[in-house]
Amino acid sequence: MNRLPLLPRTIRTALPALPTLLALVSSFLLFMLFLGVQGKPSWEACRLVFEGAFGSVFAWENTLQRAAPLMLTALCVALPAHAGLIIIGGEGALVLGALAAAVLPRIVPGLAPLPMLLGMGCVSMLAGGLWIGINGWMRQKRGLNETIGSLLLSYIAIALFNQLVEGPLRDPASLNKPSTPPLAEDYLIGPLSESFQVHWGLVAGVLACVLAHVLVRYSVTGFSLRIVGGNVRTARMVGLPVDRLVLLTCVLGGACAGLAGMFEVSAVQGSANAALIAGYGVSGILVAFAARHNPPGIIVCAILLGGIEASGSLLQRRLGLPDATTLILEGLLFTNLLAWEALWGRIGRWRLYLGERYERRYAMEAQHG
Amino acid sequence: MRALSLETIGVGKRFGSFRALDDVTLKVRAGSVHALLGENGAGKSTLVKGIVGYGPLDEGSILVGGREHVIGTPRDAHALGIGMVYQHFTVAPGLSVAENLVLARGELPWRLDWATEFERLNAFMARMPFRLDIQRAVSSLAAGEKQKLEILKQLYLDRRFVILDEPTSVLTPQEATEVLGLMRDLAHANELTVLMITHKFSEVTAFADDVSVLRRGRLVGSTCVSDTSPEELSAWMMGQSSSKASAVERKPVDDNLPSRLEIEHLDVPNDRGTLAVRRLSLSVRPGEIVGIAGISGNGQRELTEALLGQRKSVAGDIRINGQHYGATRIEMQREKVYSLPEEPLRNACIAGMTVAENLALRDYDRGELCRHGWRVDRRAIRARARQLIARFQVRPDDPERPIGTLSGGNVQRVVLARELTDDVAVMVVSNPVFGLDFASVELIHQRMQEARNRGAAILLLSEDLDELIELSDRILVIHDGQINFETTAATAERHELGRHMAGAGAGAMDLHS
Repeated sequence: MNRLPLLPRTIRTALPALPTLLALVSSFLLFMLFLGVQGKPSWEACRLVFEGAFGSVFAWENTLQRAAPLMLTALCVALPAHAGLIIIGGEGALVLGALAAAVLPRIVPGLAPLPMLLGMGCVSMLAGGLWIGINGWMRQKRGLNETIGSLLLSYIAIALFNQLVEGPLRDPASLNKPSTPPLAEDYLIGPLSESFQVHWGLVAGVLACVLAHVLVRYSVTGFSLRIVGGNVRTARMVGLPVDRLVLLTCVLGGACAGLAGMFEVSAVQGSANAALIAGYGVSGILVAFAARHNPPGIIVCAILLGGIEASGSLLQRRLGLPDATTLILEGLLFTNLLAWEALWGRIGRWRLYLGERYERRYAMEAQHG
Repeated sequence: MRALSLETIGVGKRFGSFRALDDVTLKVRAGSVHALLGENGAGKSTLVKGIVGYGPLDEGSILVGGREHVIGTPRDAHALGIGMVYQHFTVAPGLSVAENLVLARGELPWRLDWATEFERLNAFMARMPFRLDIQRAVSSLAAGEKQKLEILKQLYLDRRFVILDEPTSVLTPQEATEVLGLMRDLAHANELTVLMITHKFSEVTAFADDVSVLRRGRLVGSTCVSDTSPEELSAWMMGQSSSKASAVERKPVDDNLPSRLEIEHLDVPNDRGTLAVRRLSLSVRPGEIVGIAGISGNGQRELTEALLGQRKSVAGDIRINGQHYGATRIEMQREKVYSLPEEPLRNACIAGMTVAENLALRDYDRGELCRHGWRVDRRAIRARARQLIARFQVRPDDPERPIGTLSGGNVQRVVLARELTDDVAVMVVSNPVFGLDFASVELIHQRMQEARNRGAAILLLSEDLDELIELSDRILVIHDGQINFETTAATAERHELGRHMAGAGAGAMDLHS
C-alpha cells in the first residue's frame, strides 16, 4: 500500500537500520567511558577516529583501501546468510585465495599482464569458493554445524597457508619474513589514479556488492534462497533443490573472500606472506551483521569499519594509545550490535503499526470527506 | 493404601470464545488405571494440564482423596502427590540416573552429600518392582528405560496419582507392554492411581480398568473397560453426526481412466529411523478424492511428508501418470502437483516473508511473475496477490504484511489461494481444516470438491471422519503404517472404520494384489 505519506514511509524504510545506529551510539559512549577511566581525553580520541578515517584525502585513501577487502569478506558471510547459514570462516577462504593467486605466475609464467591478472582472479575465487563450498557440503550431507565447521576449516586453511609459505613455496630471499617470491612488476595492480591512491579492489568490492544485491533482491535464484533461508520445509514442499542452493551461496561467498585475497596479494603485499592474515575475514563478519546482510548496507558499513581501522595509527601517534585501541572499539561495536538486535521483533511490530495507523486515518478521512 | 482417588466436578476452561473443556465430571478410582480417550483437540490435554496445575481450570472443582482442593500451580499438585509423565522425555541426558532422580526433587541444599544420596537411592531402588543401575548415564538408556526412569522419578517424588500422556508413543511394542504392565501392577498393589491419555484401543483393553472418552471438550462417556467394546469407544470418539448434504454436485468417478497418482510398496522411516509407513500401496484416479482415515501417529505424517518431498522414502515408488515422481520443482510444475499440508505456517509458508511473496512460491520462476527468465517481477507479484486476497477473503488485506502476523485461518486461506489454482492435477491434503472456523472449513471443502470435479486426483488424509465421509469417493484406513481397510464412501460404516482404525483386521491388505 503506497498510500503512506513521505515521512512515515521513510521511517518505515529506515527502521531496519535502527539497531545499527543505536549500536554505533552506544559503543562510542562505552568507548569514551573506557578511555575516560584511563584518564585519556576521550572526546579528543573520538574526534581523532573521525579525522583518521575521513579527515583528509590521505585518510579517505587509507579507509577505502581497507574497506575494499571488507566488502568482499562480508559477502562471504552475507550470501550464505540469505540461505540461513552463519559462515564465519571467510579468513580461510581469503588466505587460500591469496595463495592461489600468488602461485599462478609460477605455474604458468610469461603470460601477458591482463590475462594473468584475470587468471589470478579466477584461481583465487576457485580456491575460496571450494573452501566454503566444503562447508556447505558438510552441512547438507553430513549434518555438520556450518558455523563451527567454517571456523575450524579456517584454522586449517591458515595452517596450510603458513606451512606452504614457510616451506615449499618460500622465496629463499625472504629471510625473516617468509614469503612467496614477489610478483613481477607487470602483475601488480596499481591505484585507480595517481591522485587517488586506492587500488582496483575497491571497484571489485563495490561491483560484487551491487551484483549480490541484484542476485538476492531481484533474481529468481535470490528468491529461492530466501525461501530456503526462511523455512526449509516449505522450500522442499515447493520442490526447490535445497542442497544445491545452499552449496551455491557457499561457493559464491567463498569466491568473494578468495578474490579479496587476490587483491591483497597483487595490489597491497606483492607476495603471499603472513601479513595477509590481518583479520579481514573476521572484520567481514562484523560488517555483514552490521549491514543485516544487505549488500548495499555492506558498502556503507565496510567504509565505516575501514575508517575505524585506519584511524589506529593516528590515535597511536597523537595520544600514545596502543594499537589495539581500535580493536576495542570494534569489539564494542559487535557486542552492542548483537545486544540491539533484540529490538528486531519490536521493529517489525512498529512497522506494522505505522502502516495501520495511517490506513485508519485515511479511512476516517474518507468517511468524513 | 497410598493410591489417591481424584474427581473433577463440572470443570471447564475457555480460551477466548472457544470452550476447550465444558462441564466435565470424571471420577478416577483409587488404585485403578483409568484411560482417557479422544481425538486431537478433544480437550484431554486441557483437562490433565488443569489437574497438574499447568493451566488452571476456570470452572468446577477438583476432589483429591475425597476432599476439595484448589490446584493453581504445579507446586500445589506436587504437594498433593499428583505428577505427570510427558509424551516426550524430561530427563537430562548428560547426567546419570542418580543425578536425574536427585535433581527432580527441586529444592536441594547447596552441597550434595552423594554418599548418603546413593545409600538412599539404593534403598529406594530395592523397594521398587523394577530397577535401573543408578550409576548409568541417561544417554546410554534405551527409550523404554528412559520411560521407566520417568516413572521411577514419579515414585521417588512420592507421587500417589500419576498422569501418563501417551506414554507409549516413543516405545517399541515390547517396551510398551512392559512399562504399562508395571504401571498396572503398581496401581493394583494400591501404590498409586494412573490416569493415562492414549490413542490406542489395544492399550485400553489390555491395561486399563476404566475408560472415559472426551469429544469436543465434553465427556461422552465413562465406563468399566469390561463393559464396553472398541466399537462402542470408537463410536463415542468419532461421534454419530450424519454427513451434511454437500453444496457441490458430485461427479461420478470414471473407473476406466488410468490412475493418476500411484504409490507402490512405499517404506518411509520416521525421525527415529524405524519404518512409520510400511509397504504402503494406493492409487488415485483423476476426478477422485481418496480419503485416508486413521488415528494420528499411524504414519500419516510421514506419508504426507514423503509425498511432499520433505522426507525421503527408503523403498517403493511414487508415480504420477505412470512416471516416477521425485518431488522436484520441475516435476511438480509439469504434473501440476499441489498440496495443503497440516500446520500451514510450519509446512507451507515462510513466516517472515510477506503475504504477496508467500502467494508466489509456486510460480515466481515462470510465467508473468518472471521477467526475461531471471528477474522476479515484484510489482506483478503484488498485483496478483491483491486479486487472490480479494477472491479468498484474506484479512487483513495488505499484501505487504508478513504472513506470520496473520491468524491461523487466514494463513490457511493464503495457502489455499496458492495451491488450489485452476489447473491442479494432483493434490495431497492433510487435516486441512484443523483448528479453523466454520466459514473457512466450508470454503476449503467447496474448493476441494470443485477441483475434483475439474478432474484433479486428490489424496485426503484426515482424522475427522465426518470430513472424510462428506468429501471422499473412496476411504482407506491406515493403521501402523499400513492400509488395512478399503471402502467406498457411499457404503462406509462409521463403526467399521473405527474398528479398523483401532487395528482390527491386522495384516496389511495389498490393494494391488
